[in-house]
Amino acid sequence: MTTKRPIAPHLQVYKWGPHMVVSILHRATGDGMALVGASLLVACLVSAAIGPEAYGRFVALMISIPGYIVMVGLTLVFFQHLCSGLRHLYMDTGSGLQPDENRLLAVATLVASPLLTALTWALILLR
Amino acid sequence: MSMRSNIGRVRGLGSAKSGTHHWWVHRLTAIAMPFLSVWLLASLARGVAADYATLISWIANPVVAILLILFSGTMFFHIRLGLQILVEDYVHTEGNKVAALVLITFACIAGAVAAIFSILKIAFGN
Repeated sequence: MTTKRPIAPHLQVYKWGPHMVVSILHRATGDGMALVGASLLVACLVSAAIGPEAYGRFVALMISIPGYIVMVGLTLVFFQHLCSGLRHLYMDTGSGLQPDENRLLAVATLVASPLLTALTWALILLR
Repeated sequence: MSMRSNIGRVRGLGSAKSGTHHWWVHRLTAIAMPFLSVWLLASLARGVAADYATLISWIANPVVAILLILFSGTMFFHIRLGLQILVEDYVHTEGNKVAALVLITFACIAGAVAAIFSILKIAFGN
């Protein structure tokens, strides 16, 4: 049943705070990874199961410029989803619901994810 | 004696019935994922997937194969639950919603089977 009823304005009304950003990012990063990350995982494993030529093509794709962009992007998306996910689990226990702590934790995830991404890639590229 | 109206029952209105279970299983997979995914990320960062020979010998290790299978299964389950929430939040035409949920469920099962089969094939063949 699609009886189109008006909904109360939300995006147009509420002032954007870090908690709102983190919430929608959690959804976006999760679903982004579901589409791109999971497909890459399956492609990697299946091509390896097929044989060395197929896997060689997969590796060639990943070490191209767009491939690197995807890998770095996925790393950032992964860490953001991980940090906000841990924040969610923490809030599920009932903690972190007071405004101050809530906002602090939200900002913490936004700061931590690029830092962790940079750290990971520094470690990879400096091997 | 149910207080629901007949039209409500027929239209499938009312509670989400097993909503709490869905929430809990999503949390269970969410608790497992950080450990498994950080392990996978660290392994990839070390270069286990850099070339065919390295990858094959890595997966041939039984512990690695087991962890990879656990990761794949848990990940696809977590994904399926998460995408279901997305569809339920944004798709309101009943036909589209059902079709999307069926597609997502099939894709996640196919993905999990593809991943796990590949892992087993590599592990058993080496």
